[in-house]
Amino acid sequence: MNSLAQRLRDGHALPVLAIVAVLIAVWYLGAIWLNSQRIIDLYEADEDMKGKWTTSDLIRDTLSMNRPVLPAPDQVVMELDRSVLEVAPTSNRSLLYHAWVTLSAALVGFGLGALLGIALAVAIVHVKTLERALMPWVIASQTIPILAIAPMIIVVLGSIGFVGLMPKAFISAYLCFFPVTIGMVKGLTSPEPLQLDLIRTYSANEGQIFRKLRWPASFAFLFPSLKIAVALAVVGAIVGELPTGAAAGLGARLLAGSYYGQTVQIWSALVLASLVAGLSVAAVGWAERITMRRMGGRA
Amino acid sequence: MAKIERLRDRSGAEVSPAARQPAVEVAGLNLVFQTADTPVTALSDINLTVNKGDFVSLIGPSGCGKTTLLRVIADLERATGGSIQVNGVSPEQARLARAYGYVFQAAALYPWRSVLRNVTLPLEIMGLSRKEQLERAARVIELVELTGFERKFPWQLSGGMQQRVSIARALSFDPDLLLMDEPFGALDEIIRDRLNEQLLQLWERTGKTVIFVTHSIPEAVFLSSRIVVMSPRPGRIVDIVESDLPRDRNFEIREDARFAEIAHRVRLGLRAGHGDVDE
Repeated sequence: MNSLAQRLRDGHALPVLAIVAVLIAVWYLGAIWLNSQRIIDLYEADEDMKGKWTTSDLIRDTLSMNRPVLPAPDQVVMELDRSVLEVAPTSNRSLLYHAWVTLSAALVGFGLGALLGIALAVAIVHVKTLERALMPWVIASQTIPILAIAPMIIVVLGSIGFVGLMPKAFISAYLCFFPVTIGMVKGLTSPEPLQLDLIRTYSANEGQIFRKLRWPASFAFLFPSLKIAVALAVVGAIVGELPTGAAAGLGARLLAGSYYGQTVQIWSALVLASLVAGLSVAAVGWAERITMRRMGGRA
Repeated sequence: MAKIERLRDRSGAEVSPAARQPAVEVAGLNLVFQTADTPVTALSDINLTVNKGDFVSLIGPSGCGKTTLLRVIADLERATGGSIQVNGVSPEQARLARAYGYVFQAAALYPWRSVLRNVTLPLEIMGLSRKEQLERAARVIELVELTGFERKFPWQLSGGMQQRVSIARALSFDPDLLLMDEPFGALDEIIRDRLNEQLLQLWERTGKTVIFVTHSIPEAVFLSSRIVVMSPRPGRIVDIVESDLPRDRNFEIREDARFAEIAHRVRLGLRAGHGDVDE
């Protein structure tokens, strides 16, 4: 026990736990505040309760509504428990099944987007005029609200025979190529003049300069970009599920929840979506640590 | 100018017919950098012949063009006038033929490569077999006394060790010509002395041609068979001092009267160029 107390004092656990506790407390207070008006209206309409309800009645009832404005954290946890742990993951009533539908589209999109982003960066770094020719379009592509363009992408792709996973993956790729391009242009041009002079003295050709110098030097910039990209890919896949009324996926659950006013269902889908995105970012971070260690990083 | 001609004749007479072709031959070389406001003359009317097997130091204060001259020889900078030949061909052709090894002021190791893989970098680019890469790397790593450190990464080494890796890397493909730009400038005196001694032994053993940039008079005199004194604004040669110290020398020679004489002449040259002497 002594060592546990010591670890709590010296480590990061205590501040992290404190922040989590504060967030949960704020969430509870918010749920009470946002739900109270409807409960009070109910009390006032009821002959027995009118004028006789107490604050503890109010708190109890605001935290256990069927369709609250803001569900309490424990309601979301119960719903997650029901829809994740109590049903088989292959059932379409399982939130894990929906999460996998979304994640698979996001991962395909992430792969496509990362490849596209790297290819664009390689082209921009090696052909001077391409920077001016391509960069404005790359930036313009990201100024269009994805919610506006997603239905069109899905309709256009659907008309040429792409349905199901691929249209969603394309929207993910559309979102996540951008940070990869920006990061890789920076990374591929990051070698210092001295490092470039050195490899020139060996009369290396452009391909060798790329493989031996620019590519490995870019890794420090590639991984942070990939972390942003993978989180965007999850967002892209969810957005791709919204306009078509997709039958499966976290986006479909969000949509169904809002049709029927099932706020608890919406919030549990949101929580799981953020968990999926968070785990994806963590997976990229893990790949980063392994790669950087093999490349002599100090970590 | 007359003095340089005389030196060239004399050294020309010394070399054997087989090695008659000089390693580096520079005549009337100019280099003017076009900057935003005014053109800057980095090198003005440089005449210099470096014979095979020579150890030539370029010495002078900051801004005298010694590094620029080395970079012109290495084809990292282009002259704007005059002529220069390296091994009888243009610097570009010499670079493409991998005629020289260049040691920079900083070690310039690639941080994601281990010591071994930094040393094999030029060999990979030159397309040697993996077996030969490893053999050659082992040989030069032993030469700079870093055996056992092959798997370390640059950040795990001291500055002196990093610079020794960079020397091993330059030696790995066995170039006849070594271009060294203040390779020990950032190191402390003790390590510097030791590396100087090792470099001298290496030169003596291998018969390589070395062109060595420095701003330290004792370093230049200790190492060189010839010392080229340069002066800034514009960068030019003010004196070329021939050293008759024996090739096979050690640190005791610093106490020698002849050593002091040569150092004195270099100092006078630096002063005559009214540049500010760093040391």
